[in-house]
Order: sequence, then structure tokens, then C-alpha cells
Amino acid sequence: MSSEENGQGRKPTVAVFKFASCDGCQLTLLDAEDELLEVADAVEIVYFPEATSTMIKGPYDIGLVEGSITTHHDAERIQQIRRQCRTLVTIGVCATSGGLQALRNWKDVGEFVRRVYAKPDFISTLKMSTPVAEHVPVDFELRGCPISKGQLLELISAMLAGRKPNIPTYSVCLECKRRDNICVMVAEGIPCMGPVTQAGCGALCPSFRRGCFGCFGPMESPNTASLTAQFRVLGQSDEEIVRAFRGFSAWAWQFRQAGEECERS
Amino acid sequence: MVTNLPAIGTQFLLDAAALAPLIPSLERRGYQVAGPTIRGAAIVYDTLHSLDELPAGWTTEHEAGTYRLKKRADDAWFGFTVGPDSWKRYLHPPEARLFAARRDGQSFQIVEENAEAPRWALVGVRSCELAAIAIQDRVLLGEHYGDVIYEARRRGLFLVAVNCTVNSPTCFCVSMHSAPPAEAGFDLALTELVEGPRHRFLAEAGSRQGAEVLAELGPAEATATDRREAEEAIKKAMGGLQRSMRTAGLREMLYEHFEHPRWEDAAARCLCCGNCTMVCPTCFCTTVEDRSAVDGNGAERLRKWDSCFSENFSYIHGGSVRMSAKSRYRQWLTHKLAAWVDQFGSAGCVGCGRCITWCPAGIDLTKEVAALWEPAGPPRNGGHPAPGPR
Repeated sequence: MSSEENGQGRKPTVAVFKFASCDGCQLTLLDAEDELLEVADAVEIVYFPEATSTMIKGPYDIGLVEGSITTHHDAERIQQIRRQCRTLVTIGVCATSGGLQALRNWKDVGEFVRRVYAKPDFISTLKMSTPVAEHVPVDFELRGCPISKGQLLELISAMLAGRKPNIPTYSVCLECKRRDNICVMVAEGIPCMGPVTQAGCGALCPSFRRGCFGCFGPMESPNTASLTAQFRVLGQSDEEIVRAFRGFSAWAWQFRQAGEECERS
Repeated sequence: MVTNLPAIGTQFLLDAAALAPLIPSLERRGYQVAGPTIRGAAIVYDTLHSLDELPAGWTTEHEAGTYRLKKRADDAWFGFTVGPDSWKRYLHPPEARLFAARRDGQSFQIVEENAEAPRWALVGVRSCELAAIAIQDRVLLGEHYGDVIYEARRRGLFLVAVNCTVNSPTCFCVSMHSAPPAEAGFDLALTELVEGPRHRFLAEAGSRQGAEVLAELGPAEATATDRREAEEAIKKAMGGLQRSMRTAGLREMLYEHFEHPRWEDAAARCLCCGNCTMVCPTCFCTTVEDRSAVDGNGAERLRKWDSCFSENFSYIHGGSVRMSAKSRYRQWLTHKLAAWVDQFGSAGCVGCGRCITWCPAGIDLTKEVAALWEPAGPPRNGGHPAPGPR
């Protein structure tokens, strides 16, 4: 989206919003130290409470949304945000699939509230933690816990240049092999979610000889049944397999289904 | 100054200790040397500075979907078979910048990549891997559309072959006509003979360069007994192969069995993760990605290894041609073993077994092909090949 393209001869405006999340994905933007000045030069960051007290009202050209929807207030606010943003991009696993807090979706959230808070009556929360796309149309998703700095910059550069961002949807394995990692599953028998998980992290965990835990969510065509079968070959119990799928991307439907199928078996 | 060069094709004998100057000799000639070494849980190919970095005394155990390092009873330097990675990485790199561009007022300038290609000497190249390099030569050095990156790296290559005297359960080189002894395509070929404390190598030069390097190692001509011993060791290893593939008529069979039920069966197990294509020493597919700088003043075009198991691989206007796992698995296998013959004059498989060992789901190419050889049952769709399933 170049300044010519927004039709007003000015830099595109960017707003960053937060819902139920740890702020880690927003920090990825601030963490882009070398490129931050370039980004600040190319776009106008007009609403970013994490970084600045300046809060300019919408509408905005680009809205980056972090976090999942967990309260009635969230559910209303995301509707307003959608109306204010020409392009809405969700960033991170909370926003794209409900996050770790979506583990509540299999439990009684009322029970949690009663145990945790001295005065549970003051707590108003939804039964489920859900991704933004279950509430409003989303234009693009950046996966991960946290998102990849490289992917965020790629997305911003692509939007500014008016081209399609290079955000691959294939498995982590391709990145792993390009990096010359040794497959932890084949060589060490370590269960790894890589074959069913979307690339983007640069195969970070397998590069440190541990299995991928799926924080980038399901790849384009995840064969979870085959991976489940292979986890069993590696000696994983049903409980362990359910836990593998029910992690950071638990509520992503393919992983949700895989965990539930394993529970039923 | 070497006067009498060892004759090309003649076998010489060297004590293991006499090989020590090999790497310094190659480095002196301007090569970077790479060979097998232990990294983490596997024997990989990496830069070597000394033969002490070889995985002496180690071997590897392979099965479909599993690989383990194991100690050997002796101190053999090459007592294992192929690892997780192939020499493809050295000749056809996983990521390469094709060019960059800088904005220049209302126009732009192309900044060409002119980094000098590294000159590699690869030590420990198995005969199946020589066959794989020969296949990539046919694909990437093509008469009309040569790949400049591959060509530059290939031109400077020095190959030290090692004839296998061990095998792995996933090897099937004999079926693919790529079994040892290596006959051509190397500068130097070694066969390791370990017997108690006696550790020797039979060495043969395959090029003038190879003969020059061999001359520096002080070789003595091998006796008939030495030669027989090496032949026997290779023959014994190849006689014990556990896997094979029926190749006569394979191409026609695969085309006829386009709608065989086994494709669906394989697809149920296939993760579409792309590992088989990454570890395959002949798979050459790449994708091209453009990157632009945030400030819009610079851009670059990158080439990366790609896989026919990804959705985007077959993306054309309107969508992907191969949306199902079945269509992708069939595409890979049929290309490798049938269409490759039409395109490049040979199959694209050398029987190294990497796709079997390194498939996280343990899919075994030889078993799939054996199942595909079974009658397909009554033809559906009137016997006409169906258009690729979406």
C-alpha cells in the first residue's frame, strides 16, 4: 500500500491493538531494532499503546491485532477495530488460533475464576478463548509464538510495495532441511510437530535438537492422523499425543480435531 | 615435481596413515575439503581440515523412518552408508541470491551476483552419489538451459569416491545400477580394507588431477590378492542388500497405474512434509522469492529449494493443480521413476535409500513400487486416466 495507493498522498497509518496475550508479538516490532527506523519512516504508527502514549483516532490503513478474544468487551472492541482498519492483520498464535489460553475451551472457566479470584463476581469472561477470525474477517495472518520478526518485516515491505508477501504455508521440515538440521524424529526418536506445522520460525526448536511444538499452527495440509500413528511408533502415550496437539495452537481446528480423535481412541 | 604419475585406472595400495597428506594436498591446490563427520546424532557432510575428523569407528543403522549412530567393532573410517544430507547442498545450494536491484531515480539498476563459486573437494562420495551427481549434471548442465550456479560449482569440483564395503537395510543401489565399485566420474577412488590392526586403502586415480594427488601419497601398486580382497569386500556388501526395486518396464507400469488404489493408501500415510525431496540427491526443484526493502529502494531475488509436496508448488492462475496428498505423492514418485526417463534419459533415483530412512512416517519407496506392480483391479473411469484430483 504505497502512499499513492491510499489516495491521500501520505504515508500509510498503522495501529497496533492488543487483546488477551503476553505482548510478545508487539515487542517483536519494537525488537526490529535495525529496521525500526526504516519502518517508522515508511509508515506512520499512530496508535501503539505498548510503545507510545500518542493515540490518534482511526480510521487506519493497517491494523495489527495481537491476542485472542476472551471477554464480552473484546468481542465488541474487535468489531469496532475492524470497521476502523482498511487492512486487518492478526499477529501471533493468540490472535490466529486462540493461544495457550484456549486450553480453557476444554474446561469450565467458571471453576478457574472461582479458584483464582477472591471475588469471582467481579470477573466477566467468555467461556472460550477464540481467534480474531472467528469474530471478524481478517485480511492476513502472521503465525507463531511469538511471530517471526522477518515475517513481520516481509509483510510490511510487501504491503508497502503492493506485492504479495512471501509467507510460506508448507511444513517446518522444509526450513529445517534447508538449514541442514538433522531430523530429531528420525535420528533421535524425539516427537516433533514439524511435519504438520507451518514454516516461518526458521525451524528454531529443531535447530536446538528439540522437537517442534507447533506454535506456528497447522501447515496447509496437515496429516495429523499419520503423525499420530508415528508418535505411537515412537512410544508416545495417547495422553502425550493429546498434549502435543493441545499446546500453543490447541484451538486451530486441525490440531483440535487430532487431539480429540486421540482422546476418543 | 611429479614425474611418473600413477596410471589412471590402476589400483594402488596405501596404508591408512599414508592418506594423512590427502587433505593438505587438496587444500594446497585451492580446494575447500568436505567429507563425513559426526555432528549431533548423525554422520553428516561438513568441512574437513584433517582425516582425524572422519567418523572412525562409527557406523549407522537405518530403517524406514529411523536412523541411529552405533559404534563399530573396528576403527574403519568409512564403515557407514549415506547420511541425512547429500552433496546436493554443495553443488545446488538450498538458498542462493540470483540478483539484487537498487532504485535509481525513476528507474532501477540490477546488481548481479558475481561471488566466486567455492572450489570443493568432496571426500567419501559413494557410487550412488556419483550417479546422483551425473543425474544432476544431465538436468542442470543441460545443453540449452544450464544452471549457472551449479555449473560454476561443478566445474571446480574434485571428487574422492569411496566404494562401499558395508550396506544399510535401506540401500537398493544394485537395482538402480549405481552400486560400487565406482567406474567413472571421480578423480580418486578409495576402497577401505580393515582387518584387525591392518588398515589399508586401495586407491585408483580417475583423472590426471587425481593421479597427481595420488602420486604425493607414495602409493605402491596393489597385488592381485589386494585387488581380490577389495572386490570381495564390495561384492559381499552388495550381495547383502535387503531392498530392491523391479525396474524393467517400471516407467510403463507407473503410467498405466495412474489410478492404482495404492496411491490413496500411500497418501493416507504421507505427511506432505517434503522431507523426501529435500534429502533426495537428485531432486532439484527450486522456487524464487522476491524481497523488497522497507524503504522501497532495494530488492533482491532469492532461489530456494522447493518441494513438489507443497501446495504452492503447482500453483498456477486460479489455484494449485495438485491439492490432494495422493496427487502430490504420485507426482513425485512418477516423476522420479518414469517421467524423468522421458525428460532426461534415465530415472531420477539412484537407490541411496535416503527418502526411506528420512521419511518421518517411514514410507518405503521400494514397498510402494512393489505394491504398485500388483494389478490395479478393474479400471475406473472407463480406463482413461482421470484428470488430476483437486
